[in-house]
Amino acid sequence: MRRLLPAIASLLAVAGLLSALPFVLSAYNVSLAARVGIFFVAILGLNILTGYTGQISIGHGAFMAIGGYTTAVMSQDHHTNLVVTMLMAFAICFVLGLILGLPALRLSGVYLALATFALAVSVPQLPLKWSKFLGGRDGVQTSRTVSHVWLYGAAWAASAILFVLAWLILRGRVGRAFRAVRDSEIAAVASGIELPVYKTLAFGISAAYAGVAGSLLVLATNGFAEPSEFGIVLSLQLLVGAAVAGLGSLWGILAGAAFVGLLPAVSSGVPVIGSSHGRDVVFGAAVVLVMLLLPDGFAGLLKRLRRLARA
Amino acid sequence: MAALESSPRPSLRRRGAALGGVVPPVSLLLVAGAAGLLVGCLRSEVFAQLTVQGLALGAVYGSLALALVLVYRATRVVNFAQGELAMATTYVAWQLIQWGLSYWEAFFATLAIAFVLGTVLEVALVRPVQQRSVIGAVIVTVGLFILIDGVVNWVWGGEFKYMPSPFGTKIYHVGGVSIARLYPGMLAVVLVSVVLVWALFRFTKLGLGMRAAAFRPAESALVGVRVDWMLAIGWGLAAVLGAVAGLMAEPSQFFLEPTLMQPILVYAFAAAVLGGLDSPAGAVVGGLVIGVSLNLVVQYVPAISSELQAPFAFAVLVGVLLLKPTGLFGRREVRRV
Repeated sequence: MRRLLPAIASLLAVAGLLSALPFVLSAYNVSLAARVGIFFVAILGLNILTGYTGQISIGHGAFMAIGGYTTAVMSQDHHTNLVVTMLMAFAICFVLGLILGLPALRLSGVYLALATFALAVSVPQLPLKWSKFLGGRDGVQTSRTVSHVWLYGAAWAASAILFVLAWLILRGRVGRAFRAVRDSEIAAVASGIELPVYKTLAFGISAAYAGVAGSLLVLATNGFAEPSEFGIVLSLQLLVGAAVAGLGSLWGILAGAAFVGLLPAVSSGVPVIGSSHGRDVVFGAAVVLVMLLLPDGFAGLLKRLRRLARA
Repeated sequence: MAALESSPRPSLRRRGAALGGVVPPVSLLLVAGAAGLLVGCLRSEVFAQLTVQGLALGAVYGSLALALVLVYRATRVVNFAQGELAMATTYVAWQLIQWGLSYWEAFFATLAIAFVLGTVLEVALVRPVQQRSVIGAVIVTVGLFILIDGVVNWVWGGEFKYMPSPFGTKIYHVGGVSIARLYPGMLAVVLVSVVLVWALFRFTKLGLGMRAAAFRPAESALVGVRVDWMLAIGWGLAAVLGAVAGLMAEPSQFFLEPTLMQPILVYAFAAAVLGGLDSPAGAVVGGLVIGVSLNLVVQYVPAISSELQAPFAFAVLVGVLLLKPTGLFGRREVRRV
C-alpha cells in the first residue's frame, strides 16, 4: 500500500487540476483540452495492445471510425442518449476487436503492422460504399450537439474510468499474461498462458477504448462522423502518441495525448512555418526527433529523472 | 507458429529452391492466369482494355512494392513513408518542369534527387533506430510519413497540379481495341527500371556487395564489404524505384495531389506480401496480379465498386498472410528461441 501512495496522490492531483481547468480556460482552450482527453482514451487503449502485449497496430483509427459512426447513426436514427451510444461503441468495438484479433493471431511484427495499416485505409472507404446508411462523403450528424464543457467532462470522465479499468486489468493476472506474451511468446506458452485468448483479449479491449474515443471525437466535431475525419493520419497519430508516451507504461500517456492533441494547435502559432500545413512539418519532425532522442518516450524520461533524483 | 516448429534444414533446402527458380505450382498458377487473361482479351474488347490498363497500373504498384522489398531486405524495416517519398519526388519533378526542363530531363534529374534523398534518410534517421525494435523503426517511418506530407503541403499546397503527359495523347487501335499510348508507355518505363535494378544486383560488384550485406551483414563486413554504405545505397535505389512509381502513377491519375500515393501504397503492400516480402521478383509479379485483378474485379463483380478497391486489397493482404504468409515466392523465416 505504501508503494501505491505516491501514485494515487499524483493521480488525485492530476484529477483535481483537470476538474478545475474548465473554470479558468477559455472556451477554445476547453475544447483543446477535451481533444487531449479523447486522445488520452485512444492512446491508453493502443498502449494496452502495443505497449503491454507487444502487438503493433497502425489501424486504431479504424476502430475510432466504427465507434464514431455508432454514435452518429444511433443518435440520428434512434435519438439514443449520447452516453449510451458511447457504451454501445465500447461494446461493438470490443466484439469487432476480438473478431479482427483472430487473424492477427497468426501475424506479428511488420506483418501485423501492414495488415492493420491496410485496415485503417479500408474502413473509411466503407461509408462511401454504403452511403444511404452511412451518409457517404458528407457523413452522418448526431441529432444533438454538445457544448465544449459537456464534451470536456465526458472526455475526461471516460479517461478516468478507463484509466482505472486499465490499471486494474494490467496489474493483475491478465496484465502479467499480456507482458509475458510481449516479452516472449514461446516462454509465455511454455508457462501455460493461452496465447490466443490473451492476444485476442488485448485486441478487443484496445479496440473498445478506441471506439469510445471515436464517439467522443465525433461529438468534438459538431457531431459529424465523416470519412475524412478518420483517415490514415489519425491512426498514425495514435501510434505516435503511444510512442511519445512510452510503450508499456501508463504514466506517460498524458504527455503523449497532449503531444498529439495540442502540438498541431501550438505549432500553427510558430512563425514562418505556422500555417495550417506547416504544423504537419513540426509534428512529423517532432515525432522523428522524439524517437531518436527519447526511445522510451516520456515514461522513459520520467524514469530516468527519478533515477537522477535518487542518485 | 508454424515457423517456430520447422527445423532449419527443410527451410535451407527450400532456400536453394527459391534461389534456383520459381516453385512449380506457383508458376503453373501464373501461367494459367495469364492464359485466362489472354482468352478474355480475345473475346471481349472491354476486358482487353481493362487488362492493359491493369497491367500498367500493376507495374506502378509493383515498382513501389519492389522499393518496399529492397528496403525490407536491406534493413528489415518496412518503410511506411515510401509512398509519400515517391509523392514528394513527383512534386520535385513537377517543379523542375515548371522551371523549364523538358519532361524527360526532369524525370532523370528527379531520379538522381530521389537517390540522394533515400540515402540521406537511411543514414540520418533509420540507422539510429534500426537495431532497437520493430516498433521503433515503424514509428520513425510513420513520423517521416507525416513530415513529408507536411512539407509537400507546406511548399506546394494541396491544390491539384497538372503535369504534361510523358507519352502524348495518342491512341492505338489494335483489332478493335483502343489503347491509350500512356499505358504501354508506363509499363515499359517501369519494366525497364526494374530490369536495370535487377541487372545492377545480378551483374555488378556493387550489387553483389549489397546482396551480401543484406543477407549476412557481419560476415560481409569481415570480407571487406562496406555494409553501412550498401544499406544506404539500398535505400537510395528504393527511393529511385519509388520515384519511378510516383512519376508513372501521376499520368494515370491525371493530376498531382498530396494524397496521390496513399491508396497506391496499400496496393503495393498487398503486392509485396502477395509476392513474399523478401522476394523482388515476387513484388513485381504481385504488383501486376493486384493491378489486373483490381481492375477486372471492379468491372465484373457487382458487389465490389471502386470504393471497395482498398478493402479488396486489404482482404487480399490478410488472406495471403493467413493462408501462405511467405507469399508466392518468399522464403520461410526461421526464428530462434
